[in-house]
Amino acid sequence: MTTLTDLSMAEARDGLRARKYSAKELAEAHVAAVERIKPLNAFITATPERALAAAAEADRRLARGEERAMEGLPLAIKDLFCTEGVLTTAASHILDGFKPPYESTVTANLWRAGALMLGKANLDEFAMGSSNMTSHYGPVESPWRRKGDNRALVPGGSSGGSAAAVAARAALGATGTDTGGSIRQPAAFCGIVGMKPTYGRCSRWGIVAFASSLDQAGPLTRNVRDAAIMLGAMAGHDPKDSTSVDTPVPDYEMALTGDIRGLRIGIPREYRMDGMNPEIERLWEQGKAWLRDAGAEPVDISLPHTKYALPTYYIVAPAEASSNLARYDGVRYGLRVPGRTLDEMYENTRAAGFGKEVRRRVMIGTYVLSAGYYDAYYNKARQIRTLIARDFDRAFKVCDAILTPTAPSAAFALGEKMDDPIAMYLNDVFTVPASLAGLPAISVPAGLSGDGLPLGLHLIGRAFDEAGVLKIAHVLERAADFRARP
Amino acid sequence: MTTHAPHLIRGESGDWEVVIGLEVHAQVTSQAKLFSGAATAFGAEPNTQVSLVDAAMPGMLPVINGHCIEQAIKTGLGLKAQINRRSVFDRKNYFYADLPAGYQISQYLQPIVGKGEIVLDLPDGRGRTIAITRLHLEMDAGKSLHDQHPSQTYIDLNRAGVALMEIVSEPDLRTAEEAGAYVRKLRSILRYLGTCDGNMEEGSLRCDCNVSVRHPGEKLGTRTETKNVNSVRFVMAAIEHEARRQIGVLESGGTIQQETRLFDPATGTTRPMRSKEHAHDYRYFPDPDLLPLELSEAEIERIRASLPELPDDKKKRFIEGYKLSAQDAGVLVAEQAAANFFEAVAAGRDAKLAANWVINELFGRLNAAGKPIDASPVAAERLGALVDLIQDGTISGRIAKDVFETMFETGRDPAAIVEEKGLRQVSDTGALDAAIAEVLAGNADKVAEFKSGKDKLFGFFVGQVMKKTGGKANPGLVNDMLRKKLSS
Repeated sequence: MTTLTDLSMAEARDGLRARKYSAKELAEAHVAAVERIKPLNAFITATPERALAAAAEADRRLARGEERAMEGLPLAIKDLFCTEGVLTTAASHILDGFKPPYESTVTANLWRAGALMLGKANLDEFAMGSSNMTSHYGPVESPWRRKGDNRALVPGGSSGGSAAAVAARAALGATGTDTGGSIRQPAAFCGIVGMKPTYGRCSRWGIVAFASSLDQAGPLTRNVRDAAIMLGAMAGHDPKDSTSVDTPVPDYEMALTGDIRGLRIGIPREYRMDGMNPEIERLWEQGKAWLRDAGAEPVDISLPHTKYALPTYYIVAPAEASSNLARYDGVRYGLRVPGRTLDEMYENTRAAGFGKEVRRRVMIGTYVLSAGYYDAYYNKARQIRTLIARDFDRAFKVCDAILTPTAPSAAFALGEKMDDPIAMYLNDVFTVPASLAGLPAISVPAGLSGDGLPLGLHLIGRAFDEAGVLKIAHVLERAADFRARP
Repeated sequence: MTTHAPHLIRGESGDWEVVIGLEVHAQVTSQAKLFSGAATAFGAEPNTQVSLVDAAMPGMLPVINGHCIEQAIKTGLGLKAQINRRSVFDRKNYFYADLPAGYQISQYLQPIVGKGEIVLDLPDGRGRTIAITRLHLEMDAGKSLHDQHPSQTYIDLNRAGVALMEIVSEPDLRTAEEAGAYVRKLRSILRYLGTCDGNMEEGSLRCDCNVSVRHPGEKLGTRTETKNVNSVRFVMAAIEHEARRQIGVLESGGTIQQETRLFDPATGTTRPMRSKEHAHDYRYFPDPDLLPLELSEAEIERIRASLPELPDDKKKRFIEGYKLSAQDAGVLVAEQAAANFFEAVAAGRDAKLAANWVINELFGRLNAAGKPIDASPVAAERLGALVDLIQDGTISGRIAKDVFETMFETGRDPAAIVEEKGLRQVSDTGALDAAIAEVLAGNADKVAEFKSGKDKLFGFFVGQVMKKTGGKANPGLVNDMLRKKLSS
């Protein structure tokens, strides 16, 4: 028998139903794995008692034949999701001791489907980062190492703890959130699948907000089928989130037919950038060939405003963040550093509570919204965002999905790029356009770099066509046959 | 010499014109707040009406309260205003301890209601139209309690998130009286619509007064804004004081600072608000948690169809239908309850007589007793019955006032009071004949004087006859009979 922690979510689900093992055994194996990977710092808070209690309930339900879609499946939860009675930090000092009296809609949906929580996964502070280096609780290490080099690598970010936990076989899957690539880039770095659904597909209620018009929850799993299972449980309309969309959630697993014959796959010429890493370029070509071999038809497309996506993103996201983070003021919850006046208390609290990257983005955001700069920055960025979305609308008239690399490189070492925020921001160059347009996108592990690190391919689909994206991703996954393990 | 227009203030350097614009914050009548399900009742224990959204807990999201939107549309329609089919909620960012999210959700560039108007009822019966610039929805902040602890401030978030309509006028007002009339009229319309209870003591209606002065014909002067004035009387006092202060400053060679001021009801003066250390830049931007608000024409029309008859239309109908004076009609329609009361009294009766009794007797008595119309001890049907007794000659108008007094004290039926106290008017010519004969016999000297040309004595004889009958004699009949007797 394989180790329980090596199972995919689908295998574990079927194994539980076939009574090959109990939910208790499955949970215990993962609780032990969480303990074992402690050196990776993937979790901020482990919740083994909670996992085991939920497993006991799962076993009772399994015994009665009343199992639900994700009965007994252990997950890591990005510590950006509010979980009732469990410390929720957003990896920020400013939320010290914060235990929400409420449960986010997405996690509540998962628990209602029978899944159980192993713990709260580490992340970049307030999900701001691409390396998981900005966490107040310290960086997460990727379980991967370069060939012949034992230096610790970043897992990517901001859902770095989630990706590391899933890649290290400490959780069958994990929730992530993606604002500009925060699910897809760490999935690529850690050799797993990560999907950002369409904006509005999953409720944002109870997720600590970073940039409200971009934030979207999604699954990180070890294969595409698991992503389909987990997304199905997470998604759905929520009247408590006005931006959540009331459209039926299809059975995503059913969409994995393996048949993509006749589908047109757009290859955007603007994504082929000067100085592009040849390994990445080769992988992209390979991906195109795999899909062609499966009967799809690659077509060249143009997304002319691509080059403006990154600067647009780095105006819109900080602008919203500067406002969203104003509530962390020391008045009602979390950290308070006293001062002689109210203003001084604000300054002391926020200076002590926010890390450097968060402060940088709050300041950028405040600046671009300021009188006299608003039109030149924020308003212009909004206009360009519309153009970027229109690029995709046009492209989807001639193709059914778009294939790109996920990230411009494989994982880098801990501490690299920290002195150059622009270089760090470039990590998101391929993922940000789909975020700005609100489109569903997935990263699938597709190959290894020369020094043995995972590389991902990225598929972008039409709004609310997660099923189509998953179907193509599933074919890509089979063709790539990625078996490497950290 | 030029004539001095009444709305101008005479100063040392000539006449001054006062230019006034008002921003009224009206609390939307609603069980729940603008973006959360929390309750809005006034006077609850601190922090007992606060949802997770109101407290800006992490990850909480606002959801628009449809009822508040409907109330705003209703108000816009009541102000004959443009309803914008698409409006946008923006964040107004600033830090303050009673503003939990660090931003207020408001409407900045695209409000729900555009240009409208209010017709003022001026004391001389004229109407004057004041343009409304816009109406937008926004959430209220909480309350800072500075007096609960020697060195710290307590925060009560009960008000945080309560829906407000900010109704902005053009700078069309020219006197404190007009400003008072504006607030009264706006309040009346809001109460008719049921969109704001207009209760200024509880803070349901607050007024920011923008005031500047200029010599007539000159360009607008620098304005000041006096914040949060909470009664019609204070609005007028604040404007009056502020106008005279500004004239004083300008005439002594000074300049007006554009600033925010506070009105002190104790002294009737305004003073600058504690100047903020930093100028506010509110960094408005569309709230990404809320989609733009889109309204269909059908929705707007449905609400339009549900509007009640508003004061201006009602006044017109009272003037045309009941033949009332503009003055009386204006008084009667100011409060919907009063207008309804009047209509119940007037139904099938002499409307002018009914209006007289409602305005002069009932309102006078209610005012003196400090009671609102809906707490009137005299029910409309009973006041109507009293008017009937006058109209059919059962009692005289004089006696009716006594009966009304008893009704006001006891709430009883006027007919019963008349019977019980024997107040029925004497129209029996035999009985009156006897009384007249007695009076003439007892005042033979006066009769002689009258006959020799002292006509004024006629009133004396009438008075004597009334006295003899305990005031119950039918005065018309007494007149006729006396005249006959004295000329014979």
